[in-house]
Amino acid sequence: MSRVEIRSYFPKSDLVNFAVLACLILIVLPLSMDIFRLNLVGKYLTYAFVALGLVLCWGYGGILSLGQGIFFGLGGYCMAMFLKLEASDPESTKIQSTPGIPDFMDWNQLTELPWFWEPFYSLPFTIIAVLIVPTIFAYIIGVAMFKRRVGGVYFAIITQAVASILTILIIGQQGYTGGVNGITDLRTLLGWDIRTDSAKYFLYYLNAILLFACLFFAQWVRKSKLGRILLAMREREDRVRFSGYDVSNFKIFVFCLGAAFSAIGGAMFTLQVGFMSPSFVGIVPSIEMVIFCAVGGRMSIFGAIYGTLLVNWAKTTFSESFPELWLFAMGALFIGVVMAFPGGLAGLYTDKVLPFCKKFIQKTRSGKKPQQIKVGPPKNDELASPDLAAVK
Amino acid sequence: MVTQKDFVLAVEGLTVSFDGFKAVNDLSFYVEEGEIRVIIGPNGAGKTTVLDLICGKTRSTEGSIKFRGKELTKMSEPAIVHSGIGRKFQNPSIYEELTVFENLEISFPRGHSVFGALAFKRSAEVIAAVEEVADEIFLSEHLGKTAGLLSHGQKQWLEIGMLLIQKPDLLMLDEPVAGMSVAERKKTAELLNKITQNRSVLVIEHDMQFVEDIAHRVTVMHQGKVLSEGSMDFVKNDPKVVEVYLGH
Amino acid sequence: MFADYTTTELVSIFAMQGFAGLILFSVFVLMALGLAIIFGQMGVINMAHGEFMILGAYITYIISNLFSSYLPGLFDLYFFLAMIVAFFATAALGALVEWGMIRHLYRRPLDTLLATWGLSLILQQIYRSVFGAREVGVSLPDWLMGSVPLSDMIEIPINGLFVMGLTIIISVSIYLLMFRSRWGSQVRAVVQNRPMAAAVGINTEKTDRRTFALGCGIAGIAGSAFTMIGSTGPTAGQLYIVDTFLVVVFGGAQSLVGTIASAFTISQSQSTMEFFLSGSMAKVLTLLVVVGILMLRPQGLFALKMRH
Repeated sequence: MSRVEIRSYFPKSDLVNFAVLACLILIVLPLSMDIFRLNLVGKYLTYAFVALGLVLCWGYGGILSLGQGIFFGLGGYCMAMFLKLEASDPESTKIQSTPGIPDFMDWNQLTELPWFWEPFYSLPFTIIAVLIVPTIFAYIIGVAMFKRRVGGVYFAIITQAVASILTILIIGQQGYTGGVNGITDLRTLLGWDIRTDSAKYFLYYLNAILLFACLFFAQWVRKSKLGRILLAMREREDRVRFSGYDVSNFKIFVFCLGAAFSAIGGAMFTLQVGFMSPSFVGIVPSIEMVIFCAVGGRMSIFGAIYGTLLVNWAKTTFSESFPELWLFAMGALFIGVVMAFPGGLAGLYTDKVLPFCKKFIQKTRSGKKPQQIKVGPPKNDELASPDLAAVK
Repeated sequence: MVTQKDFVLAVEGLTVSFDGFKAVNDLSFYVEEGEIRVIIGPNGAGKTTVLDLICGKTRSTEGSIKFRGKELTKMSEPAIVHSGIGRKFQNPSIYEELTVFENLEISFPRGHSVFGALAFKRSAEVIAAVEEVADEIFLSEHLGKTAGLLSHGQKQWLEIGMLLIQKPDLLMLDEPVAGMSVAERKKTAELLNKITQNRSVLVIEHDMQFVEDIAHRVTVMHQGKVLSEGSMDFVKNDPKVVEVYLGH
Repeated sequence: MFADYTTTELVSIFAMQGFAGLILFSVFVLMALGLAIIFGQMGVINMAHGEFMILGAYITYIISNLFSSYLPGLFDLYFFLAMIVAFFATAALGALVEWGMIRHLYRRPLDTLLATWGLSLILQQIYRSVFGAREVGVSLPDWLMGSVPLSDMIEIPINGLFVMGLTIIISVSIYLLMFRSRWGSQVRAVVQNRPMAAAVGINTEKTDRRTFALGCGIAGIAGSAFTMIGSTGPTAGQLYIVDTFLVVVFGGAQSLVGTIASAFTISQSQSTMEFFLSGSMAKVLTLLVVVGILMLRPQGLFALKMRH
């Protein structure tokens, strides 16, 4: 790629956004808090993967999935299965009636490891599974729904139903999944204790780096023609179809991408928090993840991350001191963001803060000049295309 | 019967029924290479449905639609587009959030697969094609403008431009001058005459003056069937047509 | 799985499970009818529908307590009053919500979904603060207790019969209201062509509000009926919302008959399977089949083929 091309994918304003976010996540937060709090931030940031996927799916593609917890959970469970097998070596499980299998299986009278657990002895397989299993699952749902032109609220409800099915299944099949408690008591990764402070620091940074990798990929998607097609599709699906695009493939792609992002988040969650349970799979967590994205701004990949951090920080603070108030606040957040600030924090920033700053700078620079008032809606930076002049 | 090779489009026995209501009923007509065919008819005659059927938006119940001998009724919409058919919708259907340039670029016939779109590069060829079309549709000044800010007439032209950049062999236009000023209408007629040099066009239009200006042949539809067909003069004097338009 | 049972046992199992399914069916129908009216007729997804139902249940609980403390002589009749109060209270709340929230979001169905979810969280917390987190049950009047023996092995509980009767009466009234009354034709007119309906003098805003209120009111009755067969907790509504939506979508959103038919299919298959499998697996299988069928036939079982 030439420099000009790279510029077209990463315009100056976005580079600044990347730098600010990197500064915050990689430097400011780690320096300003102890490892307990930082680990908490790391946990929040695993949800940011989901929110980031939702920006592409929902903000750009207009596909609202209320079942992102499915993919977060699948990714998390894949990782948890590997860690659990490592934690259940015959030596440390010798008091069980069947040593060498995870404790919850023993409690449920299982006498041998189920076949689908076997491959999770291998780390490479696990890493591939973390990415592939949720993506294939999303692909199946996507093909079934989008090829038949099911979208909008129907899609939202079906994803919700699938999330609910999966939760019931996980809770019901205790012997295979650990049931309602989930897979707990995870200790080491290839012999490396993930519960020490140094491991937590390492995992925090690994998580941050993966998040930035996903961010870069998301940036590429939204600045490529695919991003513009998604916007076009959201507005005039028929026009896109009759310009020769198979609209459903684009929807399937972006839905799978969102699923893959969520799965990475889920796997990192398991590593950092040390367990995975069905309470991250179902309807309630899934729709909560949508609000992280909505608060940050459904059209802004950076907004989604700030939104996730902010809502989760508020949740932790509130539920520590006033647990009853939290649900009220959360409910109000849903209503408020939808009715008053559909653009979320990012929208607020581009529509209100930025013009104000510009006006202020203009005023101080040239006191005499009359203010220029722009006709039409303010040009949203998120929609701006690569600079034409730069390409020529 | 003439052999099918002479026709770009052969519609035969086309029927579609919505829960028993036949919006198009045993319809047949043929469009020749390089012809501008206009379909007129009272509201509810099934004109737009015919275009929907040809481009695959609606699936026929019976009958066949052959484009250059290829059967369209079983093909997917994008495949129909790729075989060389372009369709303009009744209301200007453009992407208002994108710029004029991006609107045209999306319609440029390359990078139509998911990964093609991801890897799509704005090459000199693309820019040249976009500029050429923008020039034809009188919008070269507005390439960087958000399409939502264009006037109604300009939006119509933009959508025509989005079709032109696909280089279709058959262009289908649904009321291309609806809501246009007299001056814009004239310009559009000019534009259509220019762009129809090397392709066939199927137009739905209500504006009779405009129809007279552009039509080679006219098909009059009524209640899902062909009522009359021929030159504008012939159709205008056909007693059946007069009755449908004036009799009620 | 049938091998362990004799034929007569199997017959009674199916009959008993079938009847248990009928009670589930009644609750589904009552909840789904309200939802179907709101979603099918207005295109609005009301995620707080379950909480509206629970409001009806709590109102019934309050009224039953009031009767047992102050009017023990009339306790046998409290349920009828409770149902009426539940209907009007939830309908009033529905009208308020429509006015304050829904009407601003008619063109944004996905956003309505999120906003009503927010509302459901708030309502849940209110219930928790007022009534406590524990489930509450009402005491049934004597005439609703006990059961009717049909044979040595088959017994039909009276409260179940009562709920079913109630369901039939309400379904029939809704049908008459929607398809035989002037008001119903106005609602349908607004659904089919809003500008045209407005042009012929229908107050579309008022129609919307009343439709929404009616849907919520029916949820209130559903909640009232729900107390007959189960206890009520702050989050009980959430348990039913997805199932109910599936019922509505499965039936074909615009068809009331479809809603009832799909409620019947789903509840029957679930309760019959429940006997042979564990409850959770029965539910998983039922939902999977429904989702599977919806993937094959997204318009639902009873949808019209529409032009455009």
